[in-house]
Amino acid sequence: MKAGRAPALLVFGWGNRSRGDDALGPLCVERLRDVVPAGFDAEFLDDYQLQVEHALDLAERRRILFVDASMRCAAPFEATPLQPARDPSFTTHALSPQALMQVYVDLHGEAPAPCHLLAIHGERFELGEPPGAQALANLDAASRWALAWLGHP
Amino acid sequence: MNSALETAAHPAGLRRVAIDPVSRVEGHGKVTLLLDEHNRVHQARLHIVEFRGFEKFIEGRPYWEVPVMVQRLCGICPVSHHLAAAKAFDRVIGAAPVPASADAVRRLMHYGQMLQSHALHFFHLSSPDLLFGFDSDVARRNIVGVAQAHPEIAKKGIFLRKFGQEIIRITSGKRVHGTGAIPGGVNKLVTAAERDALKRDLPDMLAWAQDSVDIAKQLHAQNPTLYRDFASFRSNLLSLVRPDGGLDFYDGVLRVRDAGGKILFDGVSDQGYRTLIEEEVRSWSYMKFPHLRSLGSEQGWYRVGPLARVQNCDFIPTPRAEAERAAFVAWGQGEPVHATLAYHWARMIEMLHAVEVIAELLDNPALLAGDLVSAGARQRSGVGIIEAPRGTLIHDYDVGDDDLVTRCNLIVSTTHNNQAMNEAVRAVARDYLDGRELTEGLLNHIEVAIRAYDPCLSCATHALGKMPLEVSLVGHDGALLDRVFKSDGELVREISRAGAPVA
Repeated sequence: MKAGRAPALLVFGWGNRSRGDDALGPLCVERLRDVVPAGFDAEFLDDYQLQVEHALDLAERRRILFVDASMRCAAPFEATPLQPARDPSFTTHALSPQALMQVYVDLHGEAPAPCHLLAIHGERFELGEPPGAQALANLDAASRWALAWLGHP
Repeated sequence: MNSALETAAHPAGLRRVAIDPVSRVEGHGKVTLLLDEHNRVHQARLHIVEFRGFEKFIEGRPYWEVPVMVQRLCGICPVSHHLAAAKAFDRVIGAAPVPASADAVRRLMHYGQMLQSHALHFFHLSSPDLLFGFDSDVARRNIVGVAQAHPEIAKKGIFLRKFGQEIIRITSGKRVHGTGAIPGGVNKLVTAAERDALKRDLPDMLAWAQDSVDIAKQLHAQNPTLYRDFASFRSNLLSLVRPDGGLDFYDGVLRVRDAGGKILFDGVSDQGYRTLIEEEVRSWSYMKFPHLRSLGSEQGWYRVGPLARVQNCDFIPTPRAEAERAAFVAWGQGEPVHATLAYHWARMIEMLHAVEVIAELLDNPALLAGDLVSAGARQRSGVGIIEAPRGTLIHDYDVGDDDLVTRCNLIVSTTHNNQAMNEAVRAVARDYLDGRELTEGLLNHIEVAIRAYDPCLSCATHALGKMPLEVSLVGHDGALLDRVFKSDGELVREISRAGAPVA
């Protein structure tokens, strides 16, 4: 269902833009998409949450960056390498990125390209609220790190 | 109708066991069981613990924003909310019916949504229980376990879901937060290239959807007692049907059958749903309990979703799914099938039907050319009803002269099934937990019963300020010491009374 070669880099963010700081993942993806020039060898995707079919988006990449808001990570953000894992994240809310990578392994018989998780610290996730000021400051810092990850000056 | 075990007669001294949250269910639910010293179940309830003010979120917004905004209510079925809202505002701008091309595009979007949602539920949320058994190793009982043990099944599920998502992307314009449906019609049609790309994948999708029905059917044949009796109870059945009685997920009139299969109500207009249905608030749950107005809450509750739809209609207007419906009806031996696990079989028949309808729509020239929108005399209110993957979804709006939404009432599929899910929990508690030690596998039986309804609890809670909130203080011996109600913003303290129900 996919025509042509996939871009070498994938940035995949998730969250609900109408739930306060939960918007940080999609907002980060949007900023990166707006900054990089046309023809840059990267794809920028976002969704409400990670689901099984997103394992297909991991194919044919050189590097992959997942972006999510997190209450648990240190401020302003944490960036960590990921390994496939059979973790207990199988609620319908979301697969963890590690579990998504494991679905990829089970489907393709090999590991996906190297993956990192960029977790941006958020505080409030109420419906109908915009992201908070501190969360947006964290987003600024995280976006700068992500641009460096992309290799974009 | 059975409501035993909803409230224990003498809760003092009972032990409370909570399963929180119910996993593999969208949103958060909590089940509480009150047990005595011999582990006998005295009370079983499904609680909704997430409190979300969706209707307040919508009121005060311009009506034309709403079909896009309501997609943010739910990460699982945004397309259903998108289309139900668009249908309601078709009425507000006097645009019902919409042009044939708009109808074709919306239907394609909706049947794509039905396909991807049913594929996710069966292959990735329920198949671990169904393929490995309810008591199997919890570390294995997940989609990764399925992918490892049955890689072909897992792959089919992923590709069916991906195909449905691709239909949504093409018809709504984006993978997420699409804007395809607008009040009065759609803002784009499908191109010939997009249609041809979808048609290339159709043969595989049709074959895999048929395989899925066969898997569900085989599961019933292999263990008929379990699949007939597990969490089984009788209920009324409600859904939309076409005016001629055929199955339709996008539009139609409301029909209700009783537990014996007799039609109680038929041909009820979507705009008049309030003559048929009313909602009841209960102090121990954030989720309302809808029921048939004329029968009351005790006798008038009903089930919605695949089990109701496949049996409420007189026929399915596509050949493969109709043949499978006949086999399903035969399983009931002259009575409607009321088994909770039969939801899975019915869901797969619906998925097959969705693929057949998608195939028909892709051959419909109206998909590629025709008027996008229509309009007429402005109205002050409108109702949009759609059969979402989980069941009947109602969007009901009033709009002021300034085009702002002044009132919003949403009845989502999971709310319709609230009483039924509670009945399923009680049936399992009675049959599997009474007098036995609690194990993870046993507790999972309760979750299996809830998951069969594919509930989406995150969008099933009601408007901020409208739901009573109850806080109870219970002593170590189970006696109720104090209780506070919060309703419509007011706090009311009730004098303690021993022996009252513990929520």
